[in-house]
Amino acid sequence: MKFVILSISLVALFFANLFVGSVDIPPAQVIDILFNNADPDGPLRFIVIGSRLPQALTAVLAGAALTVSGLMLQTAFRNPLAGPSILGITSGSSLGVAFVILFLGGSVSAAGYSWGGYAAILAGSFAGSIAIMGLLLLFSMWLKNDLMLLIAGIMTGYLTSSVITLLNYLSTAEGVHGYAMWGMGNFNGVSLGQMPLFSLAIVFGLLLSILMVKPLNVILLGENYALNLGISMQTVRNLLLVTTGLLTSVVTAFCGPVSFIGLAVPHIVRMIFRVSDHRIIIPGCILTGGMVGLACNLLCILPENIVLPLNGVTPLVGVPVIMYVIFKERVRKR
Amino acid sequence: MNGKRETITVKNLTTGYRVSKGEKRVTNALDATLYSGELTCLLGPNGAGKSTLLRTLAGFQKPLSGVVSVSGRSLDEFSGKELARTIGVVLTERPKLENMDVETLVGLGRAPYTGFWGKFSSADKEAVEKALALTGIEDLRHRMVQSLSDGERQKAMIAKAFAQETPVIFLDEPTAFLDYPSKVEIMMLLYSLAHRMDKTIFMSTHDLDMAMQLSDRIWLMDKRLGVRTGTHEELTRSGDIERYFVRPGIKFDRNDGLFKIDLDFKNGMSSVIKRGESS
Repeated sequence: MKFVILSISLVALFFANLFVGSVDIPPAQVIDILFNNADPDGPLRFIVIGSRLPQALTAVLAGAALTVSGLMLQTAFRNPLAGPSILGITSGSSLGVAFVILFLGGSVSAAGYSWGGYAAILAGSFAGSIAIMGLLLLFSMWLKNDLMLLIAGIMTGYLTSSVITLLNYLSTAEGVHGYAMWGMGNFNGVSLGQMPLFSLAIVFGLLLSILMVKPLNVILLGENYALNLGISMQTVRNLLLVTTGLLTSVVTAFCGPVSFIGLAVPHIVRMIFRVSDHRIIIPGCILTGGMVGLACNLLCILPENIVLPLNGVTPLVGVPVIMYVIFKERVRKR
Repeated sequence: MNGKRETITVKNLTTGYRVSKGEKRVTNALDATLYSGELTCLLGPNGAGKSTLLRTLAGFQKPLSGVVSVSGRSLDEFSGKELARTIGVVLTERPKLENMDVETLVGLGRAPYTGFWGKFSSADKEAVEKALALTGIEDLRHRMVQSLSDGERQKAMIAKAFAQETPVIFLDEPTAFLDYPSKVEIMMLLYSLAHRMDKTIFMSTHDLDMAMQLSDRIWLMDKRLGVRTGTHEELTRSGDIERYFVRPGIKFDRNDGLFKIDLDFKNGMSSVIKRGESS
């Protein structure tokens, strides 16, 4: 039942994203363009198919990917405040992207990267997040304590930020501007042509996560209980880190370091479903994450004449949720 | 008791940790046996190495030397999954579980039997029902784990170990932090389960009197004195129980085989305190 409501809301939000934008296009005409192939070479078709559709798809996929990453990290580290950005995975991606934009592509403007430029950004992002992931895996061999590993992740994040600051300092004004724009986050970075690559990578990562539902359920009991039930925490954690690394780096490369969705939305899903079974929570995260992505995108484009940066909107959703989780925790401990 | 079998045998076992310079030994050259259909209690002061021994027997850590075998097969030869179907554990750590009801928690004990998605067969459902019934927590099945009292929670963890359907169950201080009636209830539960279901149950505890009244066999453990095993009567007759636990202020009553507070010592202590106050 809850899944049905979520699915309907997701579809409704998806169409809302197609209907709303800086150019006024009546919903009936949008439908006409989408389904009846109206206005073949007109500008409105270009806006709907070439801009709004990929943007809405990106919002759904990125929201789902970040939410599922956050959920898996929270389960693996048994910490409600774990998430791709907190563990330094996002900042690893950012570092890779910073290298590319600030040094290699410093001359290209933020508005239009060439295909090769995007490929370089994607490669940088992936390399950066995998490097941080490798570091986290290495740490996790010595740091059996999950909290310590979390702190190591946070420290790594600070280190990469400091390198990014240095890179910014050494770069050209154009490069700094380009990086700053990327850093604000957006869902309009994936063109229709890049969509197959983007969506395939995300869907592949989401499938991997779905394949891990049973071990994810068992490690809720903690490392020793899991081991006693035949599940090695080390193996699960490694698989999780690779999966979340893939999802986070692809999203970060195209959309910038999107904050709070990965951290906060899994908590919203837990509040909705009130179960811990990942067979329910992961599909729930995919739907709700997609919804939150769409809702944030809608908030970005709602104001007349301007488009707000994504990271100006996501904390509005994220911070209240996280505050609620922290206060609830405090009350319980007393 | 009929058909008692040796299930766990320990030969020349040294437990401990490898540290940077050699090894830190905890238990030295231990030979002992656990039997099916029995509740065995592991007694000893804090720091004697009870948890290390339990961890080693459960296969969580490797022994420094010696062999632990289950039904004649060395623990090393067991795969992770086989071990999961042989030994179930209840640990001192309390998993932080949110939004999980008791039935789901107990159901996680079926993980070694379920397939890739963790879907339950009718045998799995039956095992969970049986575990809930045996531990007497059928009424709690839909309660969230975080809302349970300590005693209820402990029963749920024991039910999880039962759903695992292992011939051997290890429990690390299952009665710690419980009120007295709950302690007795848990001990009686474990005792009757061992006897009725022919399980090998081994638990560490600090509840000396209860262990002596409600267990079939006792392992005494002390850093200085090492490990002694036997029934309550054997250990009483040999005087080991007294050697391990009698201190100034504690005396052993050989008639009922229980420890008492030494009243002379208590009176002496009060007069010392009185003198201190009046001066």
